[in-house]
Amino acid sequence: MLQNAYPDQIAGDFYTENFAKKAAEGSLILNLGPQHPSTHGVLRVVVELDGEYILRAEPVLGYLHRMHEKMAEVKTAAQFIPNMGRVDYGQALGWNWAFVGAVEKLGGIEVPERAEYVRVITSELNRIASHLLWWGAYLLDLGAFTPIMYAFDDREKILDILQIPTGSRLTYSYFRIGGVASDLNEDCVRRIREFIPWMRSRLPMYKDLVSDNIILRKRIEGIGVIEPDVCQRYGATGPVARGSGIACDLRKTEDYSVFRKLDFIAPTSELKDARGRYDVRMIEMEQSLNIIEQCLDMMPEGEVLVKGAPKPSWKAPKGESYFAVEGARGKIGVHLVSDGGKNLYRCKLRAPGYCNLSLFAEVSQGTILADAVAILGSLDLIIPEIDR
Amino acid sequence: MPAEFIRILIGLVAVAVSVGLIGLVMVWVERKVAGHIQRRPGPYEVGPNGVLQPLADALKLVGKQLFMPDGADPILYWLAPVLSFIPVLLLFLPLPVGDGLMALDINLGLLLILAFAGLTVLSLLLGGWASNTKYCLLGAARAVAQSVAYEIPLLLSVLAVSFVAGSLNLAEVVKGQGTWPWNWNIMTQPLAFLIYIVSALGETNRAPFDLPEAESELTAGFHTEYSGMGFGLFFLAEYANMVVVCSVATALFLGGWQGPVLPGPVWFVLKVSLLMLLMVFFRWTYPRVRFDQLLTINWKWLMPLAVLNLLATSFFVKLAQFTEVRW
Repeated sequence: MLQNAYPDQIAGDFYTENFAKKAAEGSLILNLGPQHPSTHGVLRVVVELDGEYILRAEPVLGYLHRMHEKMAEVKTAAQFIPNMGRVDYGQALGWNWAFVGAVEKLGGIEVPERAEYVRVITSELNRIASHLLWWGAYLLDLGAFTPIMYAFDDREKILDILQIPTGSRLTYSYFRIGGVASDLNEDCVRRIREFIPWMRSRLPMYKDLVSDNIILRKRIEGIGVIEPDVCQRYGATGPVARGSGIACDLRKTEDYSVFRKLDFIAPTSELKDARGRYDVRMIEMEQSLNIIEQCLDMMPEGEVLVKGAPKPSWKAPKGESYFAVEGARGKIGVHLVSDGGKNLYRCKLRAPGYCNLSLFAEVSQGTILADAVAILGSLDLIIPEIDR
Repeated sequence: MPAEFIRILIGLVAVAVSVGLIGLVMVWVERKVAGHIQRRPGPYEVGPNGVLQPLADALKLVGKQLFMPDGADPILYWLAPVLSFIPVLLLFLPLPVGDGLMALDINLGLLLILAFAGLTVLSLLLGGWASNTKYCLLGAARAVAQSVAYEIPLLLSVLAVSFVAGSLNLAEVVKGQGTWPWNWNIMTQPLAFLIYIVSALGETNRAPFDLPEAESELTAGFHTEYSGMGFGLFFLAEYANMVVVCSVATALFLGGWQGPVLPGPVWFVLKVSLLMLLMVFFRWTYPRVRFDQLLTINWKWLMPLAVLNLLATSFFVKLAQFTEVRW
């Protein structure tokens, strides 16, 4: 049907060729990406289409691979923290926390209580920012141009707040081994307190204008149903798993930091579809606001960095440790192995987006192209995190 | 006939100029409205309040290199944008802007518009097919399915009005309506108006029915590969098409140039602008529907409703003839 402009050359690269070998008669092989508006970066999905229906889909990764794990082996633990801010630009503080937590576990370092509260406040703010980014971009995928502007308006406020203690706006390197880099000052606390009612007033507006819109509901209800066993097989976590009815919030199931003292719910949805994942994230934003409010009230005075915190030249003691936190996209896990040398021996990063993406191939089968985009968006993918 | 010929010639020149102008103005209005809907100012650097921004954009488009992908059919590829634009010029000829102010006064004006409007889909198909790109092909396939489907309820809703007016001449239809809003056809044919507006959105590929160019799935649909004025003509044709469907809606349902106090052409432009603004509002506030949903809306809702409306209308028209009572 389509002519090949270069008949003497191959029709595509290795992946396309390999994929095309199994193609059915009369089907169309289409590369969604690496440059495509709906893949949010450089994800590439090879799909086989029969008309508009997807027969097969296969994500191709690696366009944004930056060897973070290898870099961990040529740096000391403290020097590696800036890398963690760059793994996931959506919620950089979650990765900060997972790595710092793993090192603290390895070195047996205690964290002051105030620092724990500061960590919770900042990372929950970061979670809201990440969810807002997802929300805007997802609706852009569904053809609504306006919501992303409102989402960025709110997100901007969060970035302004986080800029005060962290000094940066997107790729934070704020957490330290044994605490955080700086305390929340008065100005910052005041702005967080102003932000909470603002955001609470915005969320109902989003519900009225966007979530209840009939076209949006038709686009996401019943689309991309992920059964709980599929989630478990692929290791999906976070809102994707919770949207399928699995209660798997690490803030509830694991005992880390001060989450046990806080009163909040980890929402789950029995809908299992894109709507379920959408709802879970929208409720999570409200819950994060509750968490932040409680933390501001309960936060004790004191240091935010433990006395005698490790210097950059600090050598991690011999051993292994694993620490996981609940990120905006799911379980962020860091596995460290140290042989007692200057640098870490091995650092394994467990990215939630990687597992969440891998179920796409199975879920998108038999759907329409437009639905595949809706499913891809509902998984909340951040490509740098997947490729690491 | 030379006199008629000169009249059409003047009309064509006037239409070509005004289509260009309307295109520029509409781009500015659309971007400004979109900006304010999205809590940002929109263009404001070029000229006061950015009024010259579309001109700058147009200059940029003219200056761009015309590009054609390898393996594309050169004749069809370059024919498509031209073909999308030329029929649009003809569509304006039978439109009554004021009392007697129309380029071509024929009693089949409505038919002419509907016939030439059907040509637009051919250009989308050619553009998508000739590009030799998969996204374009999918976009073209969607464009054909959508335009063919939405033409039918459009036609049926228009027919209902011409049944009441007893004419296919737009000037006659306008004259059949009165000065005040309660004398307009929208009062007797509200359902037809609703069907017409929805089908018009589908027919002109405007959001939420902009499936042929759905950029989140198909990057840009049928015009993905077009650069410079190739894209520019498609773009201009889209706006011109919007003006045509809004003008027809104004003439058929909203009393055309009729209105109190102000002169006719002013009323006409005012009503058309309002409808255009409505279309702009739709685009920036709604998500896009899915392709199968789009066709479902058409075949399962608009079509049966339009047919019912037509049947009811013809029944009442006949009844009125029998009883000799104008209703």
